[in-house]
Amino acid sequence: MKTEQAVAQATTSMTMIQALRSAMDVMMERDDNVVVFGQDVGYFGGVFRCTEGLQQKYGKSRVFDTPISEGGIVGAAIGMGAYGLRPVVEIQFADYFYPACDQIVSEAARLRYRSVNQFTAPLTIRMPCGGGIYGGQTHSQSPEAMFTHVCGLRTVMPSNPYDAKGLLISAIENDDPVIFLEPKRLYNGPFDGHHDQPVVPWSKHPMGQVPDGYYKIPLDSASVYRQGSDVTVLAYGTMVFVSEAAANETGIDAEIIDLRSIWPLDLDTIVKSVKKTGRCVVVHEATRTSGFGAELVSLVQEHCFHHLEAPIERVTGWDTPYPHAQEWAYFPGPQRVGEAFKRTMEA
Amino acid sequence: MSEYPPLRLHVPEPTGRPGKATDFSYLHVSKAGEVRRPPIDVSPPDTHDLAFALIRVLDEDGKAVGPWAPDIDKETLRHGMRSMLKTRVYDSRMLIAQRQKKMSFYMQSLGEEAIGTAHSLALKDGDMCFPTYRQQSLLITRNVPLVDMICQLLSNARDPLKGRQLPVMYSVKEAGFFSISGNLATQFIQAVGWGMASAIKGDTKIASAWIGDGATAEADFDTALTFAHVYRAPVILNVVNNQWAISTFQAIAGGEDTTFAARGAGCGIASLRVDGNDFLAVYAASKWAAERARSNLGPTLIEWVTYRAGPHSTSDDPSKYRPADDWTCFPLGDPIARLKKHMIGLGIWSEQEHEDTQKELEAEVMAAQKEAEQYGTLSSGYSPSAADMFDDVYKEMPEHLRRQRQQLGV
Repeated sequence: MKTEQAVAQATTSMTMIQALRSAMDVMMERDDNVVVFGQDVGYFGGVFRCTEGLQQKYGKSRVFDTPISEGGIVGAAIGMGAYGLRPVVEIQFADYFYPACDQIVSEAARLRYRSVNQFTAPLTIRMPCGGGIYGGQTHSQSPEAMFTHVCGLRTVMPSNPYDAKGLLISAIENDDPVIFLEPKRLYNGPFDGHHDQPVVPWSKHPMGQVPDGYYKIPLDSASVYRQGSDVTVLAYGTMVFVSEAAANETGIDAEIIDLRSIWPLDLDTIVKSVKKTGRCVVVHEATRTSGFGAELVSLVQEHCFHHLEAPIERVTGWDTPYPHAQEWAYFPGPQRVGEAFKRTMEA
Repeated sequence: MSEYPPLRLHVPEPTGRPGKATDFSYLHVSKAGEVRRPPIDVSPPDTHDLAFALIRVLDEDGKAVGPWAPDIDKETLRHGMRSMLKTRVYDSRMLIAQRQKKMSFYMQSLGEEAIGTAHSLALKDGDMCFPTYRQQSLLITRNVPLVDMICQLLSNARDPLKGRQLPVMYSVKEAGFFSISGNLATQFIQAVGWGMASAIKGDTKIASAWIGDGATAEADFDTALTFAHVYRAPVILNVVNNQWAISTFQAIAGGEDTTFAARGAGCGIASLRVDGNDFLAVYAASKWAAERARSNLGPTLIEWVTYRAGPHSTSDDPSKYRPADDWTCFPLGDPIARLKKHMIGLGIWSEQEHEDTQKELEAEVMAAQKEAEQYGTLSSGYSPSAADMFDDVYKEMPEHLRRQRQQLGV
């Protein structure tokens, strides 16, 4: 599962936060056009500490705090990109990207197209997403489908430290605008949805072993996180581990595909797996209607219809704002995912 | 080769950091009583100097001096003192409850109690505040039942917001307190719209908009100023400059070598910069602005200069980015101590009464907390039912949500 480039290197046990920081560090070292900015990312090192120490190392011209203005952060990044820099910006929570919508949708995503490559927006826009921290409706959202609906954006969501670093390096080097969603519930360990149990740290998980230097994970490749023969599970972010827990608890031999790059998508890996298992369950934390799951279900039926032995199931967040106190009734945990596995096996 | 030297990026930096004291001379503090008080029908461009000065009433000895010294009765002062103390006691109790995991999160207003308290006393019933998450003193001054407020914090069975909102994101329509959004600055333009509606309908109510120094960087702030100016909306535009937006100093929000009040002046709005830790100055400036709004003279922007004495929230640790004793060095002091000195000087308050009131309020808050906890806490498992989650997404629940609720089995 790890690339050749990565296997040859010394590794360190890292949390996802440390892996993301390491990716930025490696890229700032290699390319002095890389700049990092956002709210609280400078002196303080970010509210989740992802940029800790970077200002000290690279100076205030390359790592700095910004005013609280998401539109300003993305708009300024587009201008810097037009000059030739490679900005890596942080939106403090994905729930706060909305004031930057115009700059992302109308500007960054279409700059290359409308100027026929004269100007590009080689930005990476990092944002922590997802719930599970009692963050209520403004610190819990998973807005990936809003980005996949926009032509010209790449949307990525890693599920572990190893992928996070390799994908972030690819995102920074990529000349298209990349929306880099970080499931905040995975920052410190592979959370599987059992919120009443202690968190397993990344140091106890193989994907927490991260190469110290430069390596890349391509932006269009999914990974088969768990091999299986009964049902194909399409998941990303936190739902990879929730699905793994559901497979272990139901005894259903699920093949879990971690999409990693949500769009553009590694369709080949998906189609190959569904043709093998004949069954498919799509899992995401975001709300159901017009969620990215709808796109996945369409693609699977377009490409695998004659191989399907059961209707494709979707397990998602409910179509409500993310509630605060009822967080765990909202969150699609292992029980709901396991029930979908059973339904698809019985169909 | 260019004939010019290389350009350099300027990134503002506070003078104080952990282990290094802040130089507060950047505040440009005026002497109490020295700033002029124009009539309420002043032409907005003629308030330009007031956007850079600092309106203060209480002098070092606790005496009310100068043209802004308000005509305020003994009972209002006592109500103000009581409300500030109650807010502070409430904050400290709720902070402990959060540490005990009875609630998921809390935000104090320590050091900023005078602003919401005195402002609230200057408004009338029916006026609508569009607050941020640090104006609990507005609710406490309006005597909103503490039990209701605490039930919201505990996300319990009596939570008026049914567990849907983060603690402190209150919504109390009958107390003139608009629903708090976790997203910043959004409410600032909404307040202008509410004021415009009052004008459209020929009403006499006014709106009061709230924002922090940090959030003025959001576009919604500038939009609000433009709309308020264009339509001469009956609204008070409050900018609470507490010097810190999580870890970033007010200069990062645009406060370096200028003031936030100057932003209003630049938009053609009458603008004042006021000592937010001076209860009397807050009351006087709020009254002035409310009179202007109610007299169809349009909006007033007020920058309240204060200091965020506590962490941003229970998720924050300010010792990582600012001097530990910064608040004690802040030149505008503690709003409660300053009003106390004034009231004792007037002979309407005493050390003994202060101490007794403090004890009485502690007992009141504790009793309210005890009652609220009977209806559950976040950790006790009596949270609002999961079925509630599906209500109020729409006025009438559509079929798809009914099916989803059924699927959840609640």
